[in-house]
Amino acid sequence: MVSLQQEEVVKAYTSMRLIRAFEELVVQLVNSNEIAGVTHEYIGEEAVAVGVCAALEADDVLTSTHRGHGHLLARGADPAKMLAELLGRETGLNRGRGGSMHIADVSLGIYGANGIVGAGVPFALGAAATPTESGKTRVAVAFFGDGALNQGVLLESFNLAAAWNLPVIFCCENNGYAVTTPLAKSMPVTPVERAAGFGIPGQEVDGMDVIAVAEAARLAVDHARSGKGPYFLDCQTYRLVGHHTAERTMNLTYRTQDEIESWATRDPLLVATEHARHAGIPSARFEAADAEVRERLASSLDIAREGAVPKAESALDYSYSSPIPMRWGRA
Amino acid sequence: MTVMRYQQALAAAVRDEMLSDNSVVYLGEDVEQSLRGVSAGLSKELPGRVRDTPISEAAFTGFATGAAMAGARPIVEYQIPTLLYVAFDQIVNQAQKIRMMTGGQTKVPVTYLFPGSGARLGLAGQHSDHPYVLLAHMGVKTLVPATPEDAYTLMRAAIRDDDPVAVFAPAACLHRKGEVNLSVGAIGKAVIERKGSDVTVVAVGHLVHEALRVAEEISDRLDVEVVNARSIFPFDWQTVRDSVKKTGRLVVVDDTNRMLGLASEVVATAAEEYSELFRDPPIRVTRAEGAVPFSIELEKAIVPSANDIRSALERFLDSSSDRKE
Repeated sequence: MVSLQQEEVVKAYTSMRLIRAFEELVVQLVNSNEIAGVTHEYIGEEAVAVGVCAALEADDVLTSTHRGHGHLLARGADPAKMLAELLGRETGLNRGRGGSMHIADVSLGIYGANGIVGAGVPFALGAAATPTESGKTRVAVAFFGDGALNQGVLLESFNLAAAWNLPVIFCCENNGYAVTTPLAKSMPVTPVERAAGFGIPGQEVDGMDVIAVAEAARLAVDHARSGKGPYFLDCQTYRLVGHHTAERTMNLTYRTQDEIESWATRDPLLVATEHARHAGIPSARFEAADAEVRERLASSLDIAREGAVPKAESALDYSYSSPIPMRWGRA
Repeated sequence: MTVMRYQQALAAAVRDEMLSDNSVVYLGEDVEQSLRGVSAGLSKELPGRVRDTPISEAAFTGFATGAAMAGARPIVEYQIPTLLYVAFDQIVNQAQKIRMMTGGQTKVPVTYLFPGSGARLGLAGQHSDHPYVLLAHMGVKTLVPATPEDAYTLMRAAIRDDDPVAVFAPAACLHRKGEVNLSVGAIGKAVIERKGSDVTVVAVGHLVHEALRVAEEISDRLDVEVVNARSIFPFDWQTVRDSVKKTGRLVVVDDTNRMLGLASEVVATAAEEYSELFRDPPIRVTRAEGAVPFSIELEKAIVPSANDIRSALERFLDSSSDRKE
């Protein structure tokens, strides 16, 4: 089963651990009101972003979701700049203008988290249809949740990508729930069947297993890059926490404790360490990775907290590519 | 200078920009055959750069956003003005906000072209809107060229702009003929089409021509200055103010619904900032607050006309003490 090299397993584990620890830190900062609003944590779904991003090249592009921190970290975004963004600082990735919901690192080909379900997906098509400066094929991955599978713009994008044979990977992070509504209640077919209905080949993937995701993603990327058109991945995963940070206060009953606990036994970090044990990787490597992540995040938070708060008079900045007369709302 | 029809001027602008910049692409419904006439002949001349889309306005609008972020300069044609509503999230909530939301990490140079906007006798409820104020309200750069020269110069400016820009070509302007200076225009500038001293009429699109006609008809009684607003957002506040300073009277002619339309905004701004310049209260000439019914007489009752402009101006004759007579 383990076909990734040992170093790659450790690297994938480290990346997943970084996402997990980042999200745990974010929850603390939201709860202490240091981060404004709510955030959507990627806890439990780390294997999907890390597995898929392992298959991408530097010029490739991805579009993210409202649950986007994991995609950025897996692609190599700087956690200090991400934390600064979540803290609303001028030093944040988006200069404090995006926050969790719109966090982006365009320099890494990340066209942004998105506050509207499915809305970022067609960006991936446009990027995939636009060659790089050197004329290379650009593969674009559109991440979205199972909830997006019933969103018009996503279905239109399935069709457009298939009709135009675009090198797009449609990556469904199927955590089973559109907020609280189970997938089965909203869809009479499986996600792979739905994609097939648009002429898009795909497969179901164990989204808790980073190695399985990485293998499927490599196949998907090869398919797209070789000119065969879009490919669909149904990464079956689970969020081990609520839809967003505020859910813990809501006493929602849409899923049982048993269900959560049973998925927790397949926590992607556990699955990865299990693979590693079989491959003979000493557990000390993982302990070292955990320590490295802890230190990196601690220093990232220090750096983020030092960032300046944006000045009120700069609230209209960055709206246009060059300044135009904009009026404030007060006399 | 060359004489062109409005629609030809739009087409020439698109062709000239596509020939001078390989990153400009053109997409929309039936654009290879060019049902709307703007991309006529281009799919043969520039293979692969003019692309028919499926009838999926949200997806092809979002496609343009991603292509723009990746280095292209897409022009997106909407065959019918109200297709804007189908694509609304992708324009106002996505493309338009991305630059701000990313703190300036990227740009989205897309041109949204509505090559036949507004009512034109018999298109009925769902095809007769002229929805430029919706985009202006949301901060999208919004142009309504009135003349063939506006069409040419502003379309080129829109394509070259690094932000999303919407261009609404009024259906009632498409066959107008005029002289065109083949240059690149400036977004955000109104133009005074007729100088006058008694009343300022600020008009948009085809209503500029109606206002000019009425101004000539009543020129023995009122000396009307006609301002072609043409850039709805950003709006040229200074030109309007300077004109009102001279005339002391204002009529705003706006082919969108009365409620919260451009006319309301211009009048409100004038009232707030320079009410002391007014000799008479300003007047709005707009659409009624309802949608456009099919039957021609009903349609005419809803949309603003030359008669409405004349009636508005004649109100100043009743009240004015310094009119020409």
